[in-house]
Amino acid sequence: MKPPPFTYARCATVDDALAELAAHGERCKVLAGGQSLVPLMNLRMTNPERLVDINGLTALDYVRVEDGILHIGALARHTTLRDSDLVAEHCPLMNAAYQYVGHKPVRNRGTIGGNLSHAYPASEMPAVVLAVEATMVARSASGERAIAAEDFFVGMLEPELEPDELLVEIRIPVRPPGQGWSFLEVSPRKGDFALVGVGVTVNVQNDVCETVRIAHCGVGDRARRVPEAEQSLLGQKPDEALFRATGERASQLVEPESDYHADASYRRDLVRTLTRRALVEAHERCG
Amino acid sequence: MQNEKVTVTVNGTRYERVVEPRRLASDFIRHDLFLTGTHVGCEHGTCGCCNILLNGETVRSCLLFAVQLDGAEVRTIEGLGTIDEMHPVQEAFMENQGLQCGFCTPGMLLSAVELLENNPDANLDDIRSAVSSNLCRCTGYQSIVESVVAAAEKMRGGER
Repeated sequence: MKPPPFTYARCATVDDALAELAAHGERCKVLAGGQSLVPLMNLRMTNPERLVDINGLTALDYVRVEDGILHIGALARHTTLRDSDLVAEHCPLMNAAYQYVGHKPVRNRGTIGGNLSHAYPASEMPAVVLAVEATMVARSASGERAIAAEDFFVGMLEPELEPDELLVEIRIPVRPPGQGWSFLEVSPRKGDFALVGVGVTVNVQNDVCETVRIAHCGVGDRARRVPEAEQSLLGQKPDEALFRATGERASQLVEPESDYHADASYRRDLVRTLTRRALVEAHERCG
Repeated sequence: MQNEKVTVTVNGTRYERVVEPRRLASDFIRHDLFLTGTHVGCEHGTCGCCNILLNGETVRSCLLFAVQLDGAEVRTIEGLGTIDEMHPVQEAFMENQGLQCGFCTPGMLLSAVELLENNPDANLDDIRSAVSSNLCRCTGYQSIVESVVAAAEKMRGGER
């Protein structure tokens, strides 16, 4: 229950951190809040030779709105974001999802950049960034690139990041007028990872569904949207029966796995029910 | 592996030590500073027994490396009060049977202190949510919640 030996680099600037990553690549790990990395190290499930501590990069700890985009620095802590008025106003889905995230001491330390880079399938934030079509900004010593949320989660604990890249910012389009949202989750205990979580955003125009995004966490190897279920709603008049059918459709599309928390068929049941409920709630919040 | 120097203020006292980077803050506090009030339970961030206040906020000290404490202000359970002069939260836990075996108590008290210092008018939901971050296998939590309610009253009443 103690981590194996490693060397330690305390970085003061983003450039320092990028130089470390360029020099050490796959042999090192970025240490942000440490709420996922350090348990894995304590349990000896991961064994980096070097830790690059980015907690000194205060320049990456921000939330601001510019030109219709909510910009969140990768080092923003969960507590900050959960309590942020800007997040509540411009990305209420994230605010809603934060009601399910961890406990206070973990949120005080954990960062959104660390959470997303960890790409844990049962974590809430990956489903949020998928359902709001966020963009991840990754930087390396050789430049910067933008990655759509859709392309960011490659597999279990596998983000679309090169060993020399650091996730520096999350960009979220501010909530369009009238957009409804909902995040619902079932977990074994409050603050635990989701058995199943679902994030939904819905726009209704002229009494028909214009855009719908549905993303699940806790099912399969990564958070995913269910495009076929989303498309079945487009152009339709929203009502309870339609949402029920969409929940049914979603439960057939997901590929849950069984573990000691819940078996696959129970997760499918949860997808069916939570998707329906989330669509109903999101629709109620439209307008 | 190269060792690192740490300078940290714990409960008002400044300490300078040289540590291995892999030294967990929880072990540093217990074995290097001999402050054994901070307990170690699960060592992966779940149980909350090792909570400390880092620059005023609760954190799991088992998910932090001692090197990361450099320059920080830390409060541990030893900084809360003494047998003769207890913190109102300690007093309330004693008076309301907020503990049985006592293993979770240091972490539990620090969660309660963080809550009440930031929100003296915390309601039952706030209290339950705060103590849900700490595992207690003895009490069933009822007496813990009652203790925090009583502590809130004491603290609103101007004791400390």
